[in-house]
Amino acid sequence: MKSELRNNKDFWAGMMFFWTGVGAMIVARHYPFGTTLNMGPGYFPMVLGGILIVFGAFITFRGLRRNEKMQGPWSLRALIMLPLSIVAFGILMRPAGFIPALAVLVFLSAASGREFKFKEVLFLTLFLCVLSVAMFIWGLGLPYPLIRKF
Amino acid sequence: MEVFQHLVFGFSVALSVQNLLYCLAGCLLGTLIGVLPGIGPLATIAMLTPITFSISPVGALIMLAGIYYGAQYGGSTTAILVNLPGETSAVVTCLDGYQMARQGRAGPALAIAAIGSFFAGTVCTLIIALFGPAIAELALEFGPAEYFSLMLMGLVAAAVLAQGDMVKSLAMVVMGLLLGTVGTDVNSGWRRFSFDIAELADGIGFVVLAVGVFALGEIVANLGDSKKGAVFVAKVGSLFPSRDDLKRSSGPIIRGTLLGAFFGVLPGTGPAIASFSSYMLEKRISKDPSRFGHGAIEGVAGPESANNADAQCKFIPMLTLGIPASGTMALMLGALMIHGIAPGPTVMTQRPDLFWGLIVSMWIGNLMLVILNLPLVGLWTSLLKVPYRMLFPAIIVFSCIGIYSLSNNAFDLYLTAFFGILGFLWMKFACPPAPMLLGFVLGPMMEENLRRALLMSRGDPMVFLSEPISLGFIIATVLIVIAMMLPALRKRRGDITD
Repeated sequence: MKSELRNNKDFWAGMMFFWTGVGAMIVARHYPFGTTLNMGPGYFPMVLGGILIVFGAFITFRGLRRNEKMQGPWSLRALIMLPLSIVAFGILMRPAGFIPALAVLVFLSAASGREFKFKEVLFLTLFLCVLSVAMFIWGLGLPYPLIRKF
Repeated sequence: MEVFQHLVFGFSVALSVQNLLYCLAGCLLGTLIGVLPGIGPLATIAMLTPITFSISPVGALIMLAGIYYGAQYGGSTTAILVNLPGETSAVVTCLDGYQMARQGRAGPALAIAAIGSFFAGTVCTLIIALFGPAIAELALEFGPAEYFSLMLMGLVAAAVLAQGDMVKSLAMVVMGLLLGTVGTDVNSGWRRFSFDIAELADGIGFVVLAVGVFALGEIVANLGDSKKGAVFVAKVGSLFPSRDDLKRSSGPIIRGTLLGAFFGVLPGTGPAIASFSSYMLEKRISKDPSRFGHGAIEGVAGPESANNADAQCKFIPMLTLGIPASGTMALMLGALMIHGIAPGPTVMTQRPDLFWGLIVSMWIGNLMLVILNLPLVGLWTSLLKVPYRMLFPAIIVFSCIGIYSLSNNAFDLYLTAFFGILGFLWMKFACPPAPMLLGFVLGPMMEENLRRALLMSRGDPMVFLSEPISLGFIIATVLIVIAMMLPALRKRRGDITD
């Protein structure tokens, strides 16, 4: 039973909706609810949270009954590396400058694919850096320093 | 002949050198991403929205629209030549288009697809010009109750008619509405779901959400996909269709256009449904249905006209009512709002340059695509040789720079990464993300109208049923849901999805 649940797409979708709804209601319970005549900031989120809980419960139970499997591979490598590359870009942008941040972004994101050919990625990094600097810094005039000295 | 004057005015806007260039840029870019599988118009428009901030709203919309319908053209090119639908709407075109290509008739297939699309584009431009102002005028009478009910109908219809699981689509709409409440509440100044993060006080950036869920989520899914194959590119040969081809195609083109225009104004029905319906119709009324699937030109002409008509007519509810009928239209609406234009029926009167300029430029863009694309077919197909592993880092780079340039804030990038993971999970759980985007864009407006309607009715929720127009929308909403729960229709819908 347990191993079947792991791949049950409706079960997990339902759980996600359900707990999102619960979370929303817990956070929003402190917001003034108001009345129907004069809705407070908590009114709409509370109602939406409630609806989401109902949907979530329905989808979860339907999932338990139907037990349909998830499609496609999990691509864990990309799922971890790709967001990581973007976060790295965000962290590096201010202290290191545009070009180092960009180079790290291209390298890390390229590493999230199945094939990683070092020379090719090096060329791609160079190409994208030149292109982006020309387009965004010189062309559109974005005010980012190209490289910052540590 | 007020329409005529409006169109002349539209030409004066659209024919300015700048706007022509934006139109061309959009069309070329659209064709490019249409040709390349793995990036859709939705992700591209999301990615490029930040870059359009520096240009005028008219230019921005013209370019984004060009990407949108350019992608349809590009998608059919690869469908015919390589049996590879660049966009989902071109899946049907593969059936007969590729067969024609294998018989050495790729040229006529491409030409007919372009002619059909252009005809559909022309008709739909006229439809928008004729009916747009009337719809907007009607909508000017709408009060908050009518608007709330209209949005409710739009959201429910979009979720229910869209491909995929109906219940999950509805849940995703609610998810989007909830995400739309993040940030400072305009009425009370209360910070909702901001968790004391200063950057969240302004709410979740619309581009952040769209790029994260659509561009990133898609890439992660593609990277896991290992199926790859040698690409066989058919020779194009002579472009000119024979007289017989033209005679056979004229009927399907007209019927496909009408069908596409009908589906176009309905929320949630993507171009795939329009082109599929057209294909089924042509096959059914054909004297010799057995030819379909073996290179029948009707099977290219009808669906190609239908998907283009659908794409163009999707602009009607967006421009006249401010209600997006698809994920892409939600993006356009978001782009409008970022440019400081309040969407709704007033756009036409307050920004006539935008409305008429955009409509006319869509016609010009269609013309450009016909003229430019056929000679450039060789170039487009050679692009297919660029491997995806070189392509996706470029997409990531442009997305990241675009997002960072929004507010020069790294937090937006962290949020994008988060939504990328979420987008992938949604894909795994088979939760369609487009309805979520619709909910997200409409959420704040919906809450505002609900609040106002209830304030004006002194807290009586029956106001939505006592106002006749509002009641009409509510009844329509209920009817759509009931209709989709009927077993017969449900089965048909399942067929289309498969």
